[in-house]
Amino acid sequence: MITVENLNKYFGDHHVLKEINVQIQEREVVCVIGPSGSGKSTFLRCLNLLERVSSGRIVVNGFDLTDPKTDINRVRTDVGMVFQQFELFPHKKVLDNITLAPIHVRKMEKAEAEKKALALLEKVGLEEKADAYPGELSGGQKQRVAIARALAMDPKLMLFDEPTSALDPEMVKEVLDVMKQLAGEGMTMVVVTHEMGFAREAGDRVLFMDDGKILEEGTPEQIFEQPRHERLKSFLSKVL
Amino acid sequence: MDQLLNELDWSVIVQYKDLFIRGVVTTIELTVVAICIGLLIGLILGFMQISGKKWLVIPAKLYVDLFRGTPLFLQILTIHFAVLPTLFEDILGLETPDAMVSAFVALSMNAGAYISEIFRGGILSIEKGQMEAARSLGMTYAQAMRLVILPQAVKRMLPPLGNEFIALLKDTSLVTVIAVNDITYAAFVTAKNTFVRWSPYIAAGVMYLVLTLILSRIVFHLEKRFNTSSKKG
Repeated sequence: MITVENLNKYFGDHHVLKEINVQIQEREVVCVIGPSGSGKSTFLRCLNLLERVSSGRIVVNGFDLTDPKTDINRVRTDVGMVFQQFELFPHKKVLDNITLAPIHVRKMEKAEAEKKALALLEKVGLEEKADAYPGELSGGQKQRVAIARALAMDPKLMLFDEPTSALDPEMVKEVLDVMKQLAGEGMTMVVVTHEMGFAREAGDRVLFMDDGKILEEGTPEQIFEQPRHERLKSFLSKVL
Repeated sequence: MDQLLNELDWSVIVQYKDLFIRGVVTTIELTVVAICIGLLIGLILGFMQISGKKWLVIPAKLYVDLFRGTPLFLQILTIHFAVLPTLFEDILGLETPDAMVSAFVALSMNAGAYISEIFRGGILSIEKGQMEAARSLGMTYAQAMRLVILPQAVKRMLPPLGNEFIALLKDTSLVTVIAVNDITYAAFVTAKNTFVRWSPYIAAGVMYLVLTLILSRIVFHLEKRFNTSSKKG
């Protein structure tokens, strides 16, 4: 589903991603962990071209993102993204946040889009907030709406960029529960996270990034029980 | 005292009422047209400036610098006595249009420069993540602008736009210098012909005051409407 070959990314002179090679299969849940500034988020943002790639090749759902002829908007309709800061549209009600892209991008009928949005809100446990504005929601609620918004496009793949990092501790669980449910339903997910519990429980595979490289990868058991690299051992000793 | 009373002779306003009525109509026309065309010019220049493409950014910046960096009074004179006569007579071989056209052109172009800065600031004030969220849902740049960025930016643009519109309304008085019959021109002519010093200018001032108050009420209501249609977030 995703193939990344020799991906490099520079911000000016700063080499942020160094020769990344990854394959991600359908229905796989891949968690990306690592210290701040290791390039995790940049890597994730390359997967739907929110960051321009300096060199290398990325193929998502059969589309070569690095080919300038690829219609990136078309690719993105199949790739949902959830942001650390939620990024709900503050001028739109919750329901309209969710129906906006289906109506304008997928050209779905309004009534159908709303029906679907309500079903998704029910799925994330927020059907009673359909008419609220984002400003009236808690952080955890906002993030669940953001997940529903991404799901409304029927993505084949979901990208999560530190989805719980901006939340108060007591709201982390409600968001992780929704993500676990999604993972259980077989959604392909790439999750940049500091939640080691989630990575261990819901992840099929864990990538450890440091200094722009994937230093180690394996099953959650391998990564958390038998880490090989010293860098990973010291990272885990600080976060677990 | 007698002289002062003589200078406060309001009958001259009645006597010259046609001039004043035409003045009010002209001032409103100039303001409305300059706002509309200024918004259009401002929108185009604003997008040119945030496009990030040098061949669009540089001309837009030069335009803004030129019109903000020179006096509007001078711009009106230049456009009326140099630019338009050269363009129409020397280049196109036509008759020079009347002073009203010069006034429209000068005021609109000047307003466009100021309004483009307001657009630019409003759009740039919206967090980068909003554009990314919209694009990540598959929207094109234009869709993201229209559906997500601009509705939020307009709310932030309204207060400075209101200031600009009021400033513009008052600045229309400068066209008196090219003999366009606006409110100020009416006052000037009345005072000159009747030798009544105070009344014409006071009457003109009151007229401007009423117009600016009406305009600021309109802007206030627009702001209120945008605020209720999108609560805090």
